[in-house]
Amino acid sequence: MSIRHSLLALLSEGPKYGFQLRQEFETSTGEVWLLNVGQVYTTLQRLERDGLAASDDVEEDERQRNFRITEKGGEELSRWLRTPPDLSEPPRDELVMKVLVASRLANVDVFEVIQVHRRYIVQLMQQWTRLKEDEARLDLAFALAVDAELFRLDSVIRWLDAADGRLRRASSEPTVSPQQSTVSRPRIRRRTGAHR
Amino acid sequence: MSTLELHQVSKVYGLGDNEVDAITDIELVVDRGSLVAIMGPSGSGKSTLLTIAGSLEEPTSGDVIINGARLNGMSRNDKARLRRRSVGYVFQDFNLLPGLTAAENVSLPLELDGLAMKKARVKGMAALDGLGLADRADSFPDQLSGGERQRVAIARAVVGERSLLLADEPSGALDSANGESVMRMILNACHGGVAAVVVTHDAKLASWADRVVFLRDGKAVDETLTPPSPEELLNPDVVNPS
Repeated sequence: MSIRHSLLALLSEGPKYGFQLRQEFETSTGEVWLLNVGQVYTTLQRLERDGLAASDDVEEDERQRNFRITEKGGEELSRWLRTPPDLSEPPRDELVMKVLVASRLANVDVFEVIQVHRRYIVQLMQQWTRLKEDEARLDLAFALAVDAELFRLDSVIRWLDAADGRLRRASSEPTVSPQQSTVSRPRIRRRTGAHR
Repeated sequence: MSTLELHQVSKVYGLGDNEVDAITDIELVVDRGSLVAIMGPSGSGKSTLLTIAGSLEEPTSGDVIINGARLNGMSRNDKARLRRRSVGYVFQDFNLLPGLTAAENVSLPLELDGLAMKKARVKGMAALDGLGLADRADSFPDQLSGGERQRVAIARAVVGERSLLLADEPSGALDSANGESVMRMILNACHGGVAAVVVTHDAKLASWADRVVFLRDGKAVDETLTPPSPEELLNPDVVNPS
């Protein structure tokens, strides 16, 4: 979540004061992400330092200053919007680690571990879905933000279901130890720092 | 009195060596106004549970009680009447009759139950209207989109005084926007006092329910706890500066 770029986007609509930016940021994210006003002023200072935003007001008190986006700021915003987030490397995923560890431990029922996580995530999804119940309250920004969270959680459930199925099939088939396996595994480099 | 009760319900298919336990010792109580989702992978017994709950199939053992009436020992005719009057079904593939208009599809269960055609039509139209489909009343199923067909199927399931709505993957064939609107309709029916059971493998659909029961190999292995209020998600968790 880049506050820096979100504020630049709001400034691209026209000059604004800090309190206005805070209010508009929260509205534009469907009030799913909240900001404190200190974060807004710290971010504005950095944007000004980097030449991405400027103010013609000379007051010491930042609350009194009206900020606008610079040409360089506009270019930075355009570049950021089109730069894909880095999804090329698998992120460190605590849940994946837990299931991998559980699957190796003889005294742990990995399926029970998976179910604990599945239940927790479905409960989270129930809470997010409740936010969509009241259609009248469901403005577009809010709906987009809630959907993003639901789809993210749903992908975790899908992985848990797939892992559950794969582990069940593996437990009913004869096991092949890594030493016996003649197929070389592609190495997946993770940011966990775990090296094989 | 709960709308639906299943006590120690089991279903075994086949005989001898070919016996398969489809569901085992299911306990499920669904109250008026509540929406329960049954989640599980293919072959976990979800659809069997639903057909038994709707009296379309007999359990091998156990009790099914709908609106206080025990189905065990009830005559075929009495069961059929109970189904017509109290239970509505929604299937993944809609199951609308192709030669009938949307309005005729919706009012058919009432006519089968002996209601005069005109009265049945009035109630059918009211159900269609409630789901925003009044202007499609005279369309045939093949003139409707997938989302509209499923809404007609929901109208048919809740028409009259039905108290129990059973849905098997009700938005399985629909895109995510239509899936959401189907779940919203089912939820609205629950707010109107209907009890609903939805079986699905899709967590996004299940998450519309008040309670989610997890089925595995025919057994209810777990269920969600009552979730805390949604406001907790939005509480001042201030975003970290980047």
